[in-house]
Amino acid sequence: MKTIQELNDIRKQMRAELNLDGKTNSNIRVTVGLATCGIAAGAEPVFKAFQKEVKRLGLTNVKIIQSGCLGMCKHEPMVEVTEAGKEKVTYIALAADSAKRIAEEHLAGGKPVMDFVIGNE
Amino acid sequence: MAEINKCLDKTDFMKKQYRVALQNSGVINPENIDEYIAYDGYQALAKALTELTPQQVVDTIKDSGLRGRGGGGFPTGTKWQFALNQKNDTKFVCCNADEGDPGAFMDRSILEGDPHCLIEAMTIAGYAIGAKQGYVYIRAEYPVAVKRLQIAITQAKKYGFLGKNIFGSKHCFDLEIRLGSGAFVCGEETALMTSIEGNRGEPRVRPPFPAVKGLFGKPTVLNNVETFANIPPILLKGAKWLQGMGTEKSKGTKVFALGGKINNTGLVEIAMGTTLRTVIDEIGGGIPDGKKFKAAQTGGPSGGCIPAQHLDVPIDYDNLIALGSMMGSGGLIVMDEDNCMVDIAKFFLDFTKEESCGKCTPCRVGTTRLLEYLEKITEGKATMKDLDDMEALCEYIKDASLCGLGQTAPNPVLSTLKYFREEYEAHVKDNTCPAGICKSLLSYVVNDKCIGCTLCKRKCPVDAITGAVKEKHFIDMQKCIKCGVCMDICKFKAIDKK
Repeated sequence: MKTIQELNDIRKQMRAELNLDGKTNSNIRVTVGLATCGIAAGAEPVFKAFQKEVKRLGLTNVKIIQSGCLGMCKHEPMVEVTEAGKEKVTYIALAADSAKRIAEEHLAGGKPVMDFVIGNE
Repeated sequence: MAEINKCLDKTDFMKKQYRVALQNSGVINPENIDEYIAYDGYQALAKALTELTPQQVVDTIKDSGLRGRGGGGFPTGTKWQFALNQKNDTKFVCCNADEGDPGAFMDRSILEGDPHCLIEAMTIAGYAIGAKQGYVYIRAEYPVAVKRLQIAITQAKKYGFLGKNIFGSKHCFDLEIRLGSGAFVCGEETALMTSIEGNRGEPRVRPPFPAVKGLFGKPTVLNNVETFANIPPILLKGAKWLQGMGTEKSKGTKVFALGGKINNTGLVEIAMGTTLRTVIDEIGGGIPDGKKFKAAQTGGPSGGCIPAQHLDVPIDYDNLIALGSMMGSGGLIVMDEDNCMVDIAKFFLDFTKEESCGKCTPCRVGTTRLLEYLEKITEGKATMKDLDDMEALCEYIKDASLCGLGQTAPNPVLSTLKYFREEYEAHVKDNTCPAGICKSLLSYVVNDKCIGCTLCKRKCPVDAITGAVKEKHFIDMQKCIKCGVCMDICKFKAIDKK
C-alpha cells in the first residue's frame, strides 16, 4: 500500500521522465491513438511497425506509447511525437509502412516528415 | 507559402475546445498508473481523505455547480448530499457507463483513455457518502474499455488506492465491473440497478430515488462517467475554478460526439455557453460539399432537432430544453438539406420502439403506434388529422410513461413537428418528400439528355427500364424499387429524382 509520500515520489520521478518538470531530458515519446476508433482505423499495425522500426534503429531514447482517443476521428490512425523543447508533431492517417520513414527521418534524424503532418491534409 | 502546421493543438478543431474530462485522454498511457500519477492522478483522493470531511467534499461539489453529464443535468452535489444524509451502514456508488445513444462515444473514450480518473472519482464519492463498494456498469460492446478499466482496477488495488484503509485513513473502497448486454433501457438509473442486481433490466417507480433506496434497496449514488471525470479536477482546483466556466446555471464543460454531415467528425469538449454555430462552423469545420445546414440533433433518441434560426443559442442544459431538445449524454448529429426530418424522427422512433422494455403500456404500445403514424406519413398515406392525432399521442406518452425512455421518446417527433411542420405537410398534402429521401414518394424519370446507351437498362436489378439502343429510355414506376442505381451510373445526368 502506497503512502502519500510514495505517491508524490512516483509523481516527481514520472514528471521528470515525461519532461513535465521544467528540466529536460532527451526522451522522445511517440503516442499512438489506440482507442476503439483508432484500432478500427488500423492503428495496431502502425503501433507495431513503430516498435519494430525503433528496435531496428536502436533508438533507446524513444518510447512508443499506446494512448486513448486523440479526438479527430477522420484523421485516424493518429500519432504524436513529443520531445522536450520542441513543438509536438501530430501525424495523421498513417499506414504501417509510413512508420519507417518517420522513424528514420524524424525519430533518428530530428526532422519531421512534413508529408504526413496534420496541416498537410 | 505559409508554414504547414504540425501540431493538433493549433488546429481550429482544438483551439476553441476546453478539456477537463478529456484532459488526459490521448496524452497518457491508460494502462500505466504511474503516468496518471504524473498528471496529478490520485492527488485529489489523497487530499479528500486527509484534509476534508465527507461533508466538505460534498460541499465542494455542490459549490462548483457541477450537474449530471449523462443528460438529465441534476446537481451532482445535491445527489451526493441526499445519499450522505441517509443513515445506513451499507451504501453504494455506481457508474453509468452504459452509453446507449446511437453515435455517442464520450464515455467510451474517457474509459479507454483515462480509466484511473474514474476509479479515483468513485473512491472519492464512496468516501463522501460513506460507501465501501462501487460498481461500474459498462456495455459488453466496449471490450477495449472493459479491458483497460480492469487493468486499471488491478493496478489501483496493488497501489492500495482501492481496498482497505486507503492512504492510511479509515476509508475502505472496492470496485467491480458489471457488464451490460446493450439494452438501451439499462442506461436509465433504476433499470441499470435492477440489472446489476441480476434481474431483467426494467425501470421501477421513483420515488424512492436511488439516493434513498437504490441498489439492493440501499442508498446509492449513480453518476455518469463524464460526471465522475470532473470530480478529481474540481477537488484539486477548487469549486471556484469550475464556477468560472460556463453559463449562469450550467458550469464547466461538456463533451460532444460530433457526427453527421460535418467536416471534422470527432470528440469535442467545449465550455458550456459556447454556441452551436461555433461548434459546427469553427470546431467542426462546416458542412461538406457546400451544402446548407438544416438542423443539429442533440440528445440522441431522447432529444430533438435544433434548426438554423437557433444556431446562436449558447449551449447549456436549460437552453436546449427550452428549444425542445436536451443536452443528453452528448451526441451531436449535424444534418444538411439532404436529410428528411420525418425520416429522422422515424429512425429514432424505430430505435426507441425496439428498445422499449415493455413494462409500461404508454411506452410499449405508444411508441409502436407513433412509429405507425410516421410510416404512414413517409408512405404518403396519412391525412392531416393523423398529424394532429400523432401530436396528441406524443403528449400522452410523455405524461404517462414510467421512465425516462418513454417520457422522452416523442421528443424527436415533437421537435421536428415544431420546426419543420411544412415538411410533414408536404408528405401528407402533396405526397412529396422535399429532401428526396422517402422512397415511396419518389419517382425516377428519364429526361431528354438520354442518348440510349442502355447502361441503366442493363444495371437495373428489377428490369424496370425499357428502351432501344440510341433511343430515350423509360422507367416503369410500377416495377421500380427506387434503389437509385440508374441515376448513380448514368454518365449523362439523364435521370431525375422527383
